[in-house]
Amino acid sequence: MHFAEPLQLQSGAQLRDYMLMYETYGTLNADKSNAVLVCHALNASHHVAGVYADQPKNVGWWDNMVGPGKPLDTDRFFVIGVNNLGSCFGSTGPMHNNPATGKPYGAAFPVVTVEDWVAAQARLADQLGIAQFAAVMGGSLGGMQALAWSIMYPDRLRHCVVIASTPKLSAQNIAFNDVARTAILTDPDYHGGDFYEHGVVPRNGLKVARMIGHITYLSDDDMAEKFGRKLRGVEDYKFGFGVDFEIESYLRYQGDKFSEYFDANTYLLITKALDYFDPARRHGGDLAKTLAATKAKFFLASFTTDWRFSPERSREIVQALISNRREVTYAEIDAPHGHDAFLLEDERYMNMVRAYYERVWKEQA
Amino acid sequence: MTFDDLSSARPDLAFIAHWVGKDAHVLDVGCGDGVMMDYLQSDKRCSGYGIEIADDKVLESTKRGVQVIQHDMENGLSLFGDNSFDTVLCLSSLQMMKHVEPLLRDIVRVGKEAIVSFPNFAYWPHRVALLKGRMPVSESLPYEWYDTPNVRCATISDFRELAEEVGLEVMECVALAEGKIVTVLPNLRGELAVFRLRKKAAH
Repeated sequence: MHFAEPLQLQSGAQLRDYMLMYETYGTLNADKSNAVLVCHALNASHHVAGVYADQPKNVGWWDNMVGPGKPLDTDRFFVIGVNNLGSCFGSTGPMHNNPATGKPYGAAFPVVTVEDWVAAQARLADQLGIAQFAAVMGGSLGGMQALAWSIMYPDRLRHCVVIASTPKLSAQNIAFNDVARTAILTDPDYHGGDFYEHGVVPRNGLKVARMIGHITYLSDDDMAEKFGRKLRGVEDYKFGFGVDFEIESYLRYQGDKFSEYFDANTYLLITKALDYFDPARRHGGDLAKTLAATKAKFFLASFTTDWRFSPERSREIVQALISNRREVTYAEIDAPHGHDAFLLEDERYMNMVRAYYERVWKEQA
Repeated sequence: MTFDDLSSARPDLAFIAHWVGKDAHVLDVGCGDGVMMDYLQSDKRCSGYGIEIADDKVLESTKRGVQVIQHDMENGLSLFGDNSFDTVLCLSSLQMMKHVEPLLRDIVRVGKEAIVSFPNFAYWPHRVALLKGRMPVSESLPYEWYDTPNVRCATISDFRELAEEVGLEVMECVALAEGKIVTVLPNLRGELAVFRLRKKAAH
């Protein structure tokens, strides 16, 4: 969907006009009360569930969660997935032409924040005639967007579902993001962000960025179990700097794959949006005061082995909501898969989300 | 959930529910399947939260529409502010705690009033079992000594002493057997001890 009205960004910059890619599942009911917005994390898109007729292998990133009969049941709810600004899956981003110059934005694409994304999503909701969502939901960075919705547009959602997220990144998190950005920025093929003109892609930078990120999404135990010190296709060490261990092979493969489809400028933009998210900053760091603006009911879940967005961070949100007497349900799932657990099948996790949406559904019936 | 539903499912909880005021903000520490909060929310317009550690019970509570926080009570109640609840319930849970005294102090901190229940170890069949030289196994203590989650065994008299030590005033103390009050020799004939407590007035 195209938006001709300029979008004022938190940085002070403006996007003159822009496009948002979105996908929907299920049917919007007559009073438009059954819509659920699903917000994506770093490397995902508007393609939340199902497959395309011509791409049977392109399964939506949250297909185990969203669909007919799934925990977020599209036989009941009208689910919307939207690709955020600055991303590389069709919505306006750094690879598109800057109307001011007629050339790709590149590094000139304005830095966007979680709040900017939410403002853009709200305009999409306006266009679709959705005054109030039954729920806004997301995991990780998507959870930040759901939380921002509850603060920025308290009357526009009845439920806020925040999975494996945080009210702000820690210094350690920002540090990981900065290493990833440095890998991209120092790749000779980056060309100050204007690599499109040079017909190249900073593949090595993107690859290293993805490898770093991937490590932080898994738990130590999970890696030990999956890879351990297993050697890759050889009996003994090769005494060189090539691939000896399975984990090396796996990470390099993941990095290579990622660098083929993801945009380097998008990676920079999205990690910055993560770093900048800190809604309590405007209230002197007081999260309870920040969440006093909310009206929604909340469901939060975290995973015990997630050290990127640990349960402590979710508990901070829960505590701030409790001090405001908001309705909140919180599950702390003892899963072994680190941050990635929020995308994986786990019966306890899925059952909790299902039970919560059952409640959302009953309330509206 | 109606009072009759609660009475038939859990007569002890039905008795205790009388002590919780209408519209009260309640914290149920160790809320189990959430039946008490469910009743208080639907029949007494109460608000508040349940705390529970077990996955299956957190799910049960959520299905009942209880606001449940999955949390290990052994780690205390630091999620909750001072005097933030009208009533804190801790029903048939305290005896499973390793850190009874710190939890009780935390209950006093976050609640204006508290209701605590636990199996009375001095219930006469338990005494008989001990006289016979065996650890008691009964309806209220249904476990063998080696698999019981009840790591703290207390009698009505024991608990009264601790309550006073942590700064609580005993408003009411009753012994229940099959959900009914035992007035004669409660520490002998009572199966479940129920205390209604509040902070001692500052001097």
